[in-house]
This record gives sequence, C-alpha cells and structure tokens, in this order.
Amino acid sequence: MIHSLFLINHTGDIFLEKHWKSVIGRSVCDYFFEAREKAVEPENVPPVLQTPHHYLISIYRGKLFFLSVIQTEVPPLFVIEFLHRVADTIQDYFGECSEGVIKDNVVTVYELLEEMLDNGFPLATESNVLKEMIRPPTILRSVVNTLTGASNVGDTLPTGQLSNVPWRRVGVKYTNNEAYFDVIEEIDAILDKSGTTVFAEIQGVIEACVRLTGMPDLTLSFMNPRLLDDVSFHPCVRFKRWESERVLSFIPPDGNFTLMNYHVSSQNLVAIPVYVKQSISFFETGPCGRLDITIGPKQTMGKTVEGLMVTIHMPKAVLSANLTATQGTYTYDLATKVLVWDIGKLNPQKLPNLKGSLTTQAGTPKPEDNPSLNIDLKIQQLAISGLKVSRLDMYGEKYKPFKGVKYLTKAGKFQVRT
Amino acid sequence: PLLSGSFRSNGVQPAGAGTCVQSNLEVVPAALTVPYVVSTTLRVSNNPVCLSVLRNEDLKEMLESNKESLKLEAMKRVVGLIAKGKNSSELFPAVVKNVASKNIELKKLVYVYLVRYAEEQQDLALLSISTFQRALKDPNQFIRASALRVLSSIRVPIIVPIMMLAIKEAAADLSPYVRKTSAHAIQKLYSLDPEQKEQLIEVIEKLLKDKSTLVAGSVVMAFEEVCPDRIDLIHKNYRKLCNLLVDVEEWGQVVIISMLTRYARTQFTSPWKEGAIFDENNDKTFYESDSEEKKEQTEAKPYIMDPDHRLLLRNTKPLLQSRNTAVVMSVAQLYWHLAPKHEVNIVTKSLVRLLRSHREVQYIVLQNIATMSIQRKGMFEPYMKSFYVRSTDATHIKTLKLEILTNLANEANISTILREFQTYVKSQDKAFAAATIQAIGRCATNISEVTDTCLNGLVLLLSNRDETVVAESVVVIKKLLQTQPTQHSEIIKHMAKLFDNITVPMARASILWLMGEYCERVPKIAPDVLRKMAKTFTAEEDIVKLQTVNLAAKLYLTNSKQTKLLTQYILNLGKYDQNYDIRDRTRFIRQLIVPNEKSGALNKYARRILLAPKPAPVLESAFKDRDRFQLGTLSHSLNVKAAGYQELSDWPAVAPDQSVRNVEVIEPVRVQPPHTEEESSEESDKTSSDSGKSSSGSEKSSSESEAEQKKKKKTKKAPLKKNKLTAGDRYGEVPPARQLCVQMFPVSLSSSRVCVSHSQQLIDCGGLFRVSLQVTTPSFGPVKTYELLHHMTGKGLSAKYHFPRQPCLYQPSMVAVQVILTNSSDHSLEEIHIGDRSPASLNIHCFNTIERLEPEASVTVSMGIDFSDSTQAANFQLCTKEDQFSVSIQPAVGELLMPSTMTEEDFSKEQGKLLGMNETSATITMATANTSSQAIGKQVLSVANVGVVSSSQNNVHRFAGRTVSSGAVVLVSLEQKESCAALLTINTEKSVMASMLLRDLKQALAQA
Repeated sequence: MIHSLFLINHTGDIFLEKHWKSVIGRSVCDYFFEAREKAVEPENVPPVLQTPHHYLISIYRGKLFFLSVIQTEVPPLFVIEFLHRVADTIQDYFGECSEGVIKDNVVTVYELLEEMLDNGFPLATESNVLKEMIRPPTILRSVVNTLTGASNVGDTLPTGQLSNVPWRRVGVKYTNNEAYFDVIEEIDAILDKSGTTVFAEIQGVIEACVRLTGMPDLTLSFMNPRLLDDVSFHPCVRFKRWESERVLSFIPPDGNFTLMNYHVSSQNLVAIPVYVKQSISFFETGPCGRLDITIGPKQTMGKTVEGLMVTIHMPKAVLSANLTATQGTYTYDLATKVLVWDIGKLNPQKLPNLKGSLTTQAGTPKPEDNPSLNIDLKIQQLAISGLKVSRLDMYGEKYKPFKGVKYLTKAGKFQVRT
Repeated sequence: PLLSGSFRSNGVQPAGAGTCVQSNLEVVPAALTVPYVVSTTLRVSNNPVCLSVLRNEDLKEMLESNKESLKLEAMKRVVGLIAKGKNSSELFPAVVKNVASKNIELKKLVYVYLVRYAEEQQDLALLSISTFQRALKDPNQFIRASALRVLSSIRVPIIVPIMMLAIKEAAADLSPYVRKTSAHAIQKLYSLDPEQKEQLIEVIEKLLKDKSTLVAGSVVMAFEEVCPDRIDLIHKNYRKLCNLLVDVEEWGQVVIISMLTRYARTQFTSPWKEGAIFDENNDKTFYESDSEEKKEQTEAKPYIMDPDHRLLLRNTKPLLQSRNTAVVMSVAQLYWHLAPKHEVNIVTKSLVRLLRSHREVQYIVLQNIATMSIQRKGMFEPYMKSFYVRSTDATHIKTLKLEILTNLANEANISTILREFQTYVKSQDKAFAAATIQAIGRCATNISEVTDTCLNGLVLLLSNRDETVVAESVVVIKKLLQTQPTQHSEIIKHMAKLFDNITVPMARASILWLMGEYCERVPKIAPDVLRKMAKTFTAEEDIVKLQTVNLAAKLYLTNSKQTKLLTQYILNLGKYDQNYDIRDRTRFIRQLIVPNEKSGALNKYARRILLAPKPAPVLESAFKDRDRFQLGTLSHSLNVKAAGYQELSDWPAVAPDQSVRNVEVIEPVRVQPPHTEEESSEESDKTSSDSGKSSSGSEKSSSESEAEQKKKKKTKKAPLKKNKLTAGDRYGEVPPARQLCVQMFPVSLSSSRVCVSHSQQLIDCGGLFRVSLQVTTPSFGPVKTYELLHHMTGKGLSAKYHFPRQPCLYQPSMVAVQVILTNSSDHSLEEIHIGDRSPASLNIHCFNTIERLEPEASVTVSMGIDFSDSTQAANFQLCTKEDQFSVSIQPAVGELLMPSTMTEEDFSKEQGKLLGMNETSATITMATANTSSQAIGKQVLSVANVGVVSSSQNNVHRFAGRTVSSGAVVLVSLEQKESCAALLTINTEKSVMASMLLRDLKQALAQA
C-alpha cells in the first residue's frame, strides 16, 4: 500500500525519508514540488497527484508536508487518514509536530514509523500500544538509560495488540483516580451583510482525560441525548448500547482521548452569541477606505463572551490601516494583509468598536469586494446546544473515582460576510 | 561519560572544527553550502543524534567496540543517516555483526538497516539469515514476529525458499500476531518472486479460515494483492468476515469492506430492479439497460434479497460511526454500490460529517459526493448549506463545493443557490469567481426557468473590473446564447461594444464567433468589428486570429458587398502568418468562399458548411463520467484508471449458487444435540464457526456459546415461533459481534490475556519435554444444565449453571462456569452478587455485580472456580440487595478436565509412565447402542471434557486430557472385546479422580 514516506518542510527540503518496500529515489518528489509551485499557497496543493510511475498522496500539517508514494490502487482516504495518524502520534510523543522536534528525535520517529507500518500496511497505530513498544522520551528516562544502558524499546508484544481492547494497556495504576470530560461545542456559521444567518450548525466533541486504575467500565449518560443528530465514536464506545439506550458505554483508553464527535442538527435553531455591525468601504476617489466594526452580545444564555477576536483578510491593495479600538488591540500584517483585532472579554455595557481609515495603493482600482470577518470567541461553562451530561457510572472496579465535566462553547468557522 | 569521551576522540570539540566541515562535505550533497554545514555542526554538536559529524570510519570503530552503549549510539547515528537519505552502505559488514545482539533496541536498529541495504549487499545479508531462522523459533511471540518481518523484508531472491518455509510455519503459529505477520510476509514474497503464487495462495486459503480479528484484515490484504480473482476462496469465509467485521482493526475494515463490495457484485442479484420509483432524477441511469432486460423476470418474481447480502449491509452499517474517515467512506461506497436505492440515504449524514475533518479528507469526500450528487440529488439536498463556500477554504475545496451546489440545483432551490453564487462571484480568489460563472451557466442551461435571470446577471458582470470575470462571463454567455439566439441580439450588441476593452483571448474569440454566427442579426455592427480586427490582426493571439478568419468568411458570404476587401485583406495576412494552423485555415477558407476555376464542388456548399445551424453545447459536470470507477478509490479521485484497479463487475443476471457460502461441519466428534431439526441445523452453523474460533485461542467462543444459550432459551419460551424460522430469520437471530462484546466485555477482555500466557506456557513445556501437547478445541457435547437456586427458595431469583468447557478466562487453573440468573418474581431485583464462600480459601472469580434485573429478565454471567482437582462442592452465597441464599456447585469429575491433543505415539509414551498405582481399569458392559466408535466418543465426551486421540486400531479408543488445576495428565483408553464387553483403563496420578471417572464412564456407556 504505502510505499515510501517523505517529510518535506515549507522551504521544500526533504528532511526525512522512509521506505517500507524497495527504495524510491527522491526525484519522485519533483512532481510534487512542481505542483507545490503552481499552487502558490501550500494549502492549495492537491492532496492526490499522479506521476508517470507513482501516485503521490500528501497532507500538509504544522507547516510540513507528509508525502507518501503509492504504486497501486488504494483508497486515498486510507492513506490520508494514516498520515494524519502519524502526525498525531508524533504530536502525542513529543508535544508538537514540527521539523525541529522530528529532527531532534529522528531515531524514535524512525522506530515509530517502522512499527506503524509493515510492508506499507498499518500494523500498530494505537498510541498506547506504540508507547509500550517504544517509550516516549522523558528527561528522567534518558538519564537513567545512559547510566544503566537500558533501552526505550520494549521486547514483549504489547498486551493491547492481542486483546480486543487494543486501546487500553493492562496494569494501569493510579493513586488518584480521576475522570474528566470536556464537552466542547463549536458554532459554524455564515452570517450575511445584514446579520441574518445564512447557515449555522453546532459541532461538538467530548474530550476525555481518564486516569483510572485497572479495567474500569464507564457509562456516560446525557439528559437530552436526542439533541445529537450524528455521532462518531472512539472505537471503545459500544455502538449497540448507544443505539438502544443512548448512553456511552466504554472501557476508556488510558490518558487523553477524543471520546466522541457529534453534530447537532441544523434543523434546530442555533443560538448566535454575538452580533456584528460593520461597514467597510473603499472610495472611488483617492486611495483610502473606511472601516467601522461594533460587536455586541446576542444570545449568550447569561454567560460572558471571552476571547473575542476578529480576523479580516484584507484585499491585496490595502497598504495600511489607521484605526482606533475602544477595547483591545489591533494589528495589521502588511505581508499577509491580515487585520487582527484582539478584543478579549465582551462587556455588554460598553460595546467594543474599531474605527478608522484604510489606505490603499494609489493607482489601483478600488477593491471589488469587501473582505469577510472571521470571528473567534469562547464561552465558558456553556454548551450552546444545551447538551448536558447527567451522570457517569463506573463498573468493574471497586474504588470511587473523582469525576468532572466541563462545558465550553467556541466559535468554529464563524464568518460574517460584508 | 563514555559518550563524551568518544566525542572528544573524534574531534567534535572546537579543536577539530576544521575536520568536521571536511567530513561533512563527504556526505552532504553539493547543493548545500559550506556555511550551512558549519551552522548545523555547531548546532547539533550537543545533540545526541548529531548525524553527519562522525565519519564512517569512526562509526565502524564504534560498532566494532565491545561496549553496548557505544554500539547503540553508533547505530542511532547510522539510522539518522538513513532517515536523511544518505548512503551508509559501506558500514554493512560492521552493522550486520550486531544482528544477534541481546540489546533489543540495538537489534531493532540493525533490522532497520538490514531491510534498507540488504538488496544492495546480498551476499553479506545472507550472513544474518541464520539469526532470523533461530529467532523464528523463539518462545517470545514478539521476537518470532519481528524476525519474520525482517526476514521477509530482505529482498534477496536467494532466500525465497527459506521465506516460503518461514511463512508456512508462521501461518500455523499459535499466536495470532505471528499469523498476522505471516499474512504481510505473503505479499512481500509475492512481490519478490511472483512464481510462488500457487504456494502462497494455499497459505492465504488457510489464513482466510483464521477466526482471529487480528489476522482478518491482513490476510484479506494479501488476498487482494496476490489473487484478487480467486473469489471462490471467499465463499466459505464470507459470513465469518461479515460477522467479525466490527471487531477488526480499522485499517483491516477498509480492506475487507472493499473486497466484500466486489464479492457481492459477483454473487448477488441487483437490488435495484424495482428501484425505478426511487430514482428521483428520472434520467437514465447507466444501469437502465440492465434493468430493462430483466423487467420480465422481475415482474414474474419479486426481488428477494439474499440473506447474505442483507447480512453484509447490516453488519457494515454501524461502522458509519467510526472515527476513521477511511472506514466511513468505504461503508458509504459499499452502500452506494450494493444497497437498494432507498437505503443509500443513510450514508449521507456521515459523509457530511467528514467535511469537518482535515482539508485533505474534505477534498476526497467532496469528490465522491460530487459524483453521487449527479445521480442522486435527493441524497444531499437537505444538506445543501453544508456545501456553502467559506472564504478561508482552499481553492480546490471551493471548486468542489461549487460543483456539488450546481449538481444539487433544481427549480425549488435555485434562487437560494444563485443568491449564494452572487457572493462567490465577488470573491477575491479570481479563479474561484470564474468557476462560479461557469456554474451559473450550468444552472441556467439545466433549469430553463432561470435562464433569463442568469443571462441578465452575467451581462451585468460584463462591466466587472476584473478581466478574468469578464472573460469567463463572455464565454458562458456565448454558450447560453446558442441555446436561444433569437431573443438576444441586444446582448450581442452589448458585447460588441465591450469588445475593445476585453483583452483575454478566449473572450475575444468568443465574441468574434458570436458576431459571425449571428451576423445577420447585427448586420451593422459585425462588419465594423471585422474592420477593427483587420487593424489589429497581426497582434492577436492565435485563437483570436482563427475566429477572425471565421468571421470574415461568414460575413463574406452574407454581406460580401461591404466586406469583400476586408476579407481579402485578412486572408492575405493569414496566408503569411507564423502559425501553420492559421495558414491552413486561411487557405481552406479562401478555396471555399472565393470562387475560381480551381475551386471544386465544395464552393457551392460554402454557405451550408459555414452557416449550418449548430447544436448548443451541453454544459456538463466534470464528474459526469466518474461513476465508471468505484467510489472511494484512487482511480475515482484521479479520474484515471490506476495501476491495480479492480473493476466492479455488473450484477449477475442470475445469482450464482448461494449454498457455496454454507459452512460445513468440520468437527470430527461433534455430537448432535437432541433438538428439533431446525434448531440443530442452526446450531451446527454456530458450532462449526465456534470450533475454529477457540482453536485460534480467541475470545469469541465463550460469548458465542452464551449467545447459543440465550437462543435456546428463546426458542423454549416461544415454541410456536420455532416453526416459522426462515432463512431470513436465521440471520436475523445472529447477534452482531459487537453486541456480544458489549455483553461479555469484562470476560472477553481478560480472556485474551489468558490465552497469551497460556500458549506461552505450552510452548515452554513443549521445549522441555518435546511432547507436542496442545489445548484443543473444547468438544461440543450436549450441555447439561444444573439447578443452583430454585425460584421458590430464592424468593423469585432462580439460578442455573452449566460448564461451558472453555478454558477459563480468569485463571488457567479455574473451571469456567456459566450461571443463568432469572428473575421470576414480579419486582426487579437489585445488586445481585456473590457473598461469603466456604471453605474460605476457595478461589472463585465472581461475576460483576448485576445492578438490576427486571422481572422475567434473565442474564448469563461467567465465573471461574478453582476446584483444586477435587469434586468437593464449592459453597458460596448468592446475594441480592435484601437476601442471601446459600448455594453450592458440585462439579462432575469429568468437568475438572480439559482436553489435550496428542498423537497415538505420545499417548502410549505417556501411558507408559503412568502404570502401576497410577492405572485403574475395569471390564465393563456397554449398551448395544453404544458399540459404534461414534457412540463411544459421544458418551465419553458427555461425561468428561477430554480430547480424542486418533487411533490406528479400530477396537481401541483413546482420549486424553489434563486436570484443570494441576495439569496432571489423564488418559482414558477403551478396548472393545467381543460383543458388548470392553476394557476401560484410566491412567493418571490422581487416583481418586480416576476411580470416580471410571464409575461415571461405566454408567454412561451402559446406558442406551
């Protein structure tokens, strides 16, 4: 399936290569570089490319390209999903997925890649199985290893590999047994000029951090599970229980993981927490324009809106911005033409406003269209869909764990057209 | 300290900075500049994996030292070099020496190196082979597996026979992990030497029978690679694969689903025949011709879906909820290609969900939705807004969304879509704006109601400031005008006015073509345009020149008075143009329109040739013909047939024989339970699948047998229903594997662990005694159920138990017991659990507390009891929230055994060791009904959980087992004398057990 993998940084250097079958020369990447050149932006490179003898499937993550070489028919999503899993694993092991980190840990990364695929077919992709085979580096361990000559590589088959709960290792022990769940909802919305909702939906995710001893069997139930329109689960969740009782029953992986993703049907009215009054205009005469943006609370369910931020991709012709903000600070990046207004907490008594003039390049025609506003915000202790966890039960172990649920609403792809 | 020493000696310290640079230059490609090298050297000099600082010489020295840590350090550097793609092949001899190292990390790094360079250094690579051959026999399954992985990855043709042997052995390994590795090795060997195909197919066939979820995905992958056309190998495994699917790891699921899609298309008949009602598009689908052929047949016989077809659809459906996008996509394509039309809709939601995922995922999913939405608008129409474009999307995502929106457009939603398109046209991304204009054009042709609106909108765009937008509008307007030219001379005039300002060649060419085509509608303007063109002709692009020549010719024919000279001028210019296309065209046109003696017969028809009415172009989706590829494939994504693409065949007109998928009963000494016919056939299905499962040391068997139990109860409860069981019901009854897992979770979980240690143990002792002893499949006799608690004494709670004869999941020394708890009272019982036990030392693995048992409900739980090889009853208390009931389980002596297989030879050998005091024998009289060897087997197995030893003598029957707790060997042999008399001998060191067993067997065999 996957023949080779090349890691390429944003300047186009190949800094790691791995072959699972016979070696393929680097020259195959030239086709990719060609496409990369053509695409201008790295995001615009088509993920699937054809070359005379090979097929190239790539992902772009953390300013790196993961480029895999394929020789025969394979579902492209299979490869894409796997490449993202590689990036996830690297992130999981070293805290981030960047060129520097990979270069510093090149041997561990190589060992990981070796275990993750056999002959191009995924062998072990569960993070905790991998961690039993190749322990993630810690300072303490590397000191101990140099002193004792012990190694980071396990010599027995990870228990998870054979069991039908490959996501959990056996013999987990904690002195403090805790299970935390974060219900995070993102509002995806497009508002038009007049402020009416063109499209809005809620995407939710439940992130869990479970540190429990032994083999606990958990059941998480909701007050209003009917809200959830479409769901996808971590493999640990028993689908049949969900089908019949609408509860999440699972033996959790150890540590952090995404328990489920859900979608709240767009048929339900989605509460839009803020409104935006804006006017951006460019004058026919003279190289300038005006900008005036005010943001106010709309449906916030009595909670405070925090972390408010507005990002505007200005037309290329805009040279500079001379603005005043009643609250927060703004920056305008001349190279990328991005205006960022970092507002912070939204005070309903005194609405934040950003006002001033824009200078455009003299001689160029006035920009055709107005840029759209991307809004970021956060509301603590609120799941905007109204979803509530009713209880968490544990079976299979005797101790009483500490349990906690946190709610958070964020703006996802929240766009205001102007 | 050692390390830093080595650094110093190798000149990394400042003193040796010069040498550093030098040594670097040997390995660093010339493209890198010297300053760069220096900077990395300085930066990494403190880094444990600093790579290129050391010379190969130094690495060699380190590898040959006798310090493990130095070797490891050197190997890390070497692997670093490999990762960077630098050549380190000259270290091969030094590296390969370390292949037998005790240090596991060092060993693994050597493996990495070997796999990379073995192909180049074949002779040296052979030195390592013996190490792997030894490792293949290692008691540690992980070592065995990695040895096979590396051995099979060494691409040296000379070792093909060794690989073949290793694969065959590993395919029969006890550890499913090793078997999985062997499935991978099959593909490697096949690519190294395709000659081995036949032998490899045999191994694949064997592995396909494997019941382990771990192996399933890998072996199907091997099947796809080596022999995808041998569909016959799948028949017998089809149902098993369907049932295992939910529990296979996610990558395996993708492969299996795509294989089963192909399989189903060859084996089942089309579910779409009567599907015309669901085809809301009403246009001819590409299967139409197919369905017409069979119309008569359809009318004669209504379509009934093959139960196996249904099984596949049902068992894949839950996977739509997978977190793995590839799995979701593969289920979606399966439904698309296999499900009845009205069922396909269930995949919509999941596909739309994937649009939240990474950009690359979106790209592939949108491509597939684009293809689907052409045929089935209705599927995605409710989710139309999910395809709205955001300014932050990547260009290829935007274009795909636009494509889908256009496909979804119909009379009802067109106004919404056009409003949305208006926003897009203004986008800063001009390529996208141009694509939007094309999309508007497509909407306008497809939906006649809005053609005028669109046209007016596009005309407005002609005054847009951006050139690409204007150009694209012109091209699209041209196409639209062709559909109804009569009404639009105004627009043509408008475009003529704009002509001077438009510079994009394609747009200019389009306007010129329009002028020529409809020159009679704009008689005054057209000649003027031609005049202008004559002035600028030489400076125009080729495409514009060609259209100018065309325009001239058309005008010459319709209005020669005004344009004769202009035309001749242009033709003269064209005659000497640099482009041969234009010269050719000019020559051709001149001959065609200007009459002279040389011109042939065509001259007469010039008008009819040039001004023939032309059909309007059809604006089609770029995804129109993508449906020739299976969805979700690479070929579909590229719209080109990729290497190794397997065509999806059309449905067969008549379904091939269904019975090929029936699984025969393989169990040699299976005893038919005395049930009704229907039930037993149902069970035989189950049993055979069970037997395989337990042999692979898997966890499923216990859960399966429990399901069996449940089913039995069900049939008892509803005896009326029993007769109505059709084939469909039969499948309906089989609970999907995941459900079983849910019920049995704690059990199955630990089972796998036990199995591992179990097999481990066996291998160990195998190494010591060289006697091949194995735990065999439990024999399936009729299960005797005993009463544990009567509902009268239990205040409504009743309990029954039986011995499932499985290796116990909790501890190998325990006997597995299954207890069925039923609530016969009218209120629900809470907190059912096990309380005090006596003797207190009794080792019991309790079942988990049952929180609540509703009235009339029953639940089966598993427990393990260590009887310590005695028939002493295990007493314990069964408690509910309110009450406690003392109960006891007294095992029959035969239940304290577990079967073991051995050859006749081993049997005699073992028997030889257990003579004298350890032998108990008696002459018994058997009932006449029991004299056949099958009947004897049945009776013995009903009493004791032992395994059959194949016998070369007809009149001697041998059975072997071990006690569960201490593992003492128990051998039973029965020598038939004349008529009904027989000599029954039991050899074991547990003499008490022997006499009890003897008594039980005697009794059983005497019974009819």
